[in-house]
Amino acid sequence: MTRADIETAIAEELHRIAPEIEMNDIDRSEDLRDECDIDSMDFLNLVTALGQRFGAAMPEADYPQMRSFEALTDYLVEKTA
Amino acid sequence: MSAFVMPSLGADMEAGTLVEQIVAPGDVVKRGDIIAAVETQKGVIEIEVFEDGILESWVASIGDEVPVGTPLAVIRAPGEPETRAPSDAVPTPEPPVATAPEVLPDVAAPTTKPATERRKITPAARQLAKERGVDLDMLDTAPGVPITRADVEAVAPAPASPVDEMRRAIAAAMSRSKREIPHYYLSHEVDLTATDAFLTGTNADRPPESRLLAGAVYAAAIAKALNKYPEFNGHYLNECFQPSDAINLGFAINLRAGGLVAPALFETETCDLDTLMRNLRDLVGRVRAGRFRARELSDATITLTSLGERGVDQLYGVIYPPQVAIVGIGTPRLRPCVHEDMVMPRLMATLTLAADHRVSDGHRGALFLKKIDTYLQTPEHL
Repeated sequence: MTRADIETAIAEELHRIAPEIEMNDIDRSEDLRDECDIDSMDFLNLVTALGQRFGAAMPEADYPQMRSFEALTDYLVEKTA
Repeated sequence: MSAFVMPSLGADMEAGTLVEQIVAPGDVVKRGDIIAAVETQKGVIEIEVFEDGILESWVASIGDEVPVGTPLAVIRAPGEPETRAPSDAVPTPEPPVATAPEVLPDVAAPTTKPATERRKITPAARQLAKERGVDLDMLDTAPGVPITRADVEAVAPAPASPVDEMRRAIAAAMSRSKREIPHYYLSHEVDLTATDAFLTGTNADRPPESRLLAGAVYAAAIAKALNKYPEFNGHYLNECFQPSDAINLGFAINLRAGGLVAPALFETETCDLDTLMRNLRDLVGRVRAGRFRARELSDATITLTSLGERGVDQLYGVIYPPQVAIVGIGTPRLRPCVHEDMVMPRLMATLTLAADHRVSDGHRGALFLKKIDTYLQTPEHL
C-alpha cells in the first residue's frame, strides 16, 4: 500500500460524501471538516468506509490525528505499514 | 364515457372559473394534454386530461364558475360509441370534426406571419411569456393552434432546479409558519459533559459502523421528555391541536446543494440508542441521496435541529407547520461553569424551544426543556 494509494482512497471516499468538492481545490493541511464542509455524520461515514477498506480500527480517540487530509493520510500510512 | 371534472389545485380551492376551452368537441385527447385553463385565486392554471379519448362535449361554458369535482367536459374513451341525442340514434358516418379552425377565427394569414397579428394564446401562457420576457412572435407554433405554457417553456426554460424547488418549499412552509403560528421562545444552558463522556466510553471499543453520535442521544432525550409533555408533540389542524401518540421526531438535515429537510425518525420513543442511531444514519444517507418518502416529511410530529460541531452557540427554530414545536441545540463548547462549588471547564450547549402559543405556554415549555436536560445528564438510561 503506497501513500499514493491511500490518498486516492481518501479522495474517492470524500467524493462519495461531498461530490461537488474538487480535491485539487482543498487545502490538504487544513481541517478536513471545514475544507469539505462535512458534519459529524459525514465524518463517521468517512471513517467507516476507510476503516473497512484498510482493515483499520480508527478509534474515536485517534480522531485528532485525522484532522486534515494530510494528517489522515499519515495516519493511515502508519496503520497499514 | 367519463366526466372531466374541475380538479382541486390546492387545499384551499373551492371552485375555479373556466377561462379557456383549448380543445374542441370531437378532438382526440391524450393523457397529459392541456385541454382547459382555469382561473383560480392563484392565477390562471392550465389543466390536463388524465385519460386518452375524444372530447365528447363541454359541459361548462367559458366564464362559468365551477366547483371542485364538478364536470367540465365529457370524455369518450377510444372505441366507445359516440352518444348522440336519442333522435340521432343511428350512427351516421361523419367526416371527422374539423379541429382548430372553427373555434379560432383569428388565424394568421397563410402567406407570411404578420407580426401584428394577435396570436391565440392561453392566459397562463401569456402570463408566463410576460414573466420570462418572451416575444410571442418568436414562437414557432402552427398557425391557429393556441400557444400554451409548454410552447413558452420550450423557448424560455424555467430557471427552476431542485434547489429552487427546495427554496420554494421552504419559503412556503416558513412563511405560513410565521404568518399563522404565534411562536414563543425559551432558552436553557445544558451541561453535556455527561453525554460526551457517555459517548466517548460507549464508542471507545466499537468499530466505526456501530458508533453513536450525539444526535441519537438528543433524539432519545427529547422523546422521553415528550412522554411527560405531550402538548409539544402533534399537529395543529382545523383550529385545534391533535396530539400524536407516536413520537415521530423530525430531524433537520442540511443538504449540500442547499436547503434542508426534516424527515421523521418514526416512533422515536420505542427505539433504544443503537436503533435510533441506525435509523438516523439510514435517514441521513437516503435524504442526501434524495430518496426519502413523502410520509417521512408529512408525519413528523416535532422537529429537532442541531447545529452540530461546527456551528454557533444557539439557534431559534421556525416551527414546521402543522407541528407545534421545534427544539434547537447549539454547538457544544467548553465554557467556565460552576460545578459542585468549583469553577471548571464543562462542555456546555444552549438548548432552545420555539413552540406554538395556541397550544402551550412558556411555563410548560420551560419544564419540557428542563426535562430534556435531566435526561441528558444520565444518557446511560436512555
